[in-house]
Amino acid sequence: MATTERSAYRQMEDSITMDARLERFGTVDGGEHELLTVNLGPHHPATHGVLRLLVTLQGEVVIDLRPIIGYVHTGIEKTAEQKSYWKAIPVVERMDYLAYMFNATAYCGAVESLLDLEVPKRGQYLRVIHMELNRIMSHLVWLGTSALDLGAMSMFWFCFRERERILDLFEQSTGQRMHTRYIQVGGVMEDIPRGFEEKLREFIAIMPKRVGQYRDMLYKNEIALQRLKGICPLDEESLLALGVTGPLLRAAGNPWDLRKADPYCSYEDFDFKIPVGTEGDNWDRLAVRLAEMEQSVRIIEQALDGLPEGPHITEDRKIALPPRHELGTSMEALIHHFKLVTEGFRVPPGEHYYPIESPRGELGCFVRADGSSKPARVHMRDPSFVNLQATAPMTRGTYIADLIATLAMLDPVLGGIDR
Amino acid sequence: MPDATGLELLAGELRDADADAVLDTVHAHGKGQIVIAPEKIGWALQQLRGKGFKSLMSVHGVDYYPEEPRLGVHYELLDMSKVDRLTVKLRVPVDAPNVPSVTNEWPTANHQEREVYDMFGVVFDGHPDLRRILMPEDYEGFPQRRDFPIGGEPVLFTADEALGKDYTLGIDRDPNGEDAL
Repeated sequence: MATTERSAYRQMEDSITMDARLERFGTVDGGEHELLTVNLGPHHPATHGVLRLLVTLQGEVVIDLRPIIGYVHTGIEKTAEQKSYWKAIPVVERMDYLAYMFNATAYCGAVESLLDLEVPKRGQYLRVIHMELNRIMSHLVWLGTSALDLGAMSMFWFCFRERERILDLFEQSTGQRMHTRYIQVGGVMEDIPRGFEEKLREFIAIMPKRVGQYRDMLYKNEIALQRLKGICPLDEESLLALGVTGPLLRAAGNPWDLRKADPYCSYEDFDFKIPVGTEGDNWDRLAVRLAEMEQSVRIIEQALDGLPEGPHITEDRKIALPPRHELGTSMEALIHHFKLVTEGFRVPPGEHYYPIESPRGELGCFVRADGSSKPARVHMRDPSFVNLQATAPMTRGTYIADLIATLAMLDPVLGGIDR
Repeated sequence: MPDATGLELLAGELRDADADAVLDTVHAHGKGQIVIAPEKIGWALQQLRGKGFKSLMSVHGVDYYPEEPRLGVHYELLDMSKVDRLTVKLRVPVDAPNVPSVTNEWPTANHQEREVYDMFGVVFDGHPDLRRILMPEDYEGFPQRRDFPIGGEPVLFTADEALGKDYTLGIDRDPNGEDAL
């Protein structure tokens, strides 16, 4: 295996000399302006993770840009193939680390489709409550860090104050603040505990006021207006060709939202609006997400009011663990428990692509089952991965400072991009 | 989602236009799949675009080991006005994993085809920039293939190279140029 020959890559690396790097490699305007290639990242606070951008600049103007990714690739899709279906949920959750409820719902939805399994209504409503809380949480992290990129320090603290309330709620209902493993195949892990509803009602009473306060802070702020209004717009047609979905597409005026267009998890039961923008610039991207937070609060309120009685997870004992009290009295429950924990359930052969609306756009999970208790392939169509391709068309010909603002408004999560 | 009849009608229209293009249709769990001959993929996607499937949402690879032909590429199409989805898939063998690229017609496929190449080794002919995207540039092998072992991954430390060790394996390099293992 080991060889003293230097690999082709190393040889290529050695062949690069400093002289070549310092050479002027192109000019525009008859040689007046020099082109400069700058490496931005991977360790740069404005890239929201370990994203590397090769930016070609003319003065301060971006001529071209190439994203280089893969720095946090951890092989989650490969790892999931080695685990039984229910044990793959925790690894799948860690892809897009700001949207763990969504990752788990997409994955469980695909497995449920392959099993032809019906999720009880209460389980669906509890999923909706947790997903929408997660959406607000994800948007809060985005808003805080994006405002930080524009120089607004206090927004960050205010956003993380509300995020903390959501994480406290997650801790109460699921036992974990992040990567909760709450969504299970067939429903959710546990019913909401006593006292959760009161705390959640306190939160949904305060959250719309908070969104209003964020607006007050940003909508009349000279710096925010100048940095975002009319900056780096991209029209609907280009966005669609690039496969961009989510708030970025809605900011350009296309009201495509899977919760409305193709409802899953009982989203058809709730009355909510899809905020859309008109210009498709950075300001619309901000406004759409702010309005989405308010709509999420509306959905949570309706789901909480109409929370149906009944089981929170399927009663099919071949899929879901039996409740604890049955283990002491029922031999059958004990056998089911043993089989599920040691081997897991088997899924009939087939393949399915299950798309849901994550905070960043269409999150699709593709699962192929080969009849065993482990998935033969798990793939996430992560919205950040696809949306990142729009960076170059959005920012060509703008200032490098606007590139930073646009990258913030794009909201890429590198854990989801690299998986 | 097209029902079983709608899927057959769609496949029938494609067959009428080109008799060899459609290899199979599958309808399962409320979703339709059309299996297309690999060399016809660009044509088939354009035909379906004309029938309303204007968005390509996802391109992903699958390894069907031990079935042959092993490698599969899935194209998830979406019709936003009718809210209809359709999966177009193709299969290629490992020893000739060539598929025409659709990046020129569908810009969204650019990064996704690169990922399929990176993970499965499917070569997309005509792709403008077919390089590895997630794995390091000098990585050998295609990690998402089913016969690619998990674990035992050599860790790359350039510090090992400075110490005279093979930087991929961290073992002492033989000064005479002989294989150290």
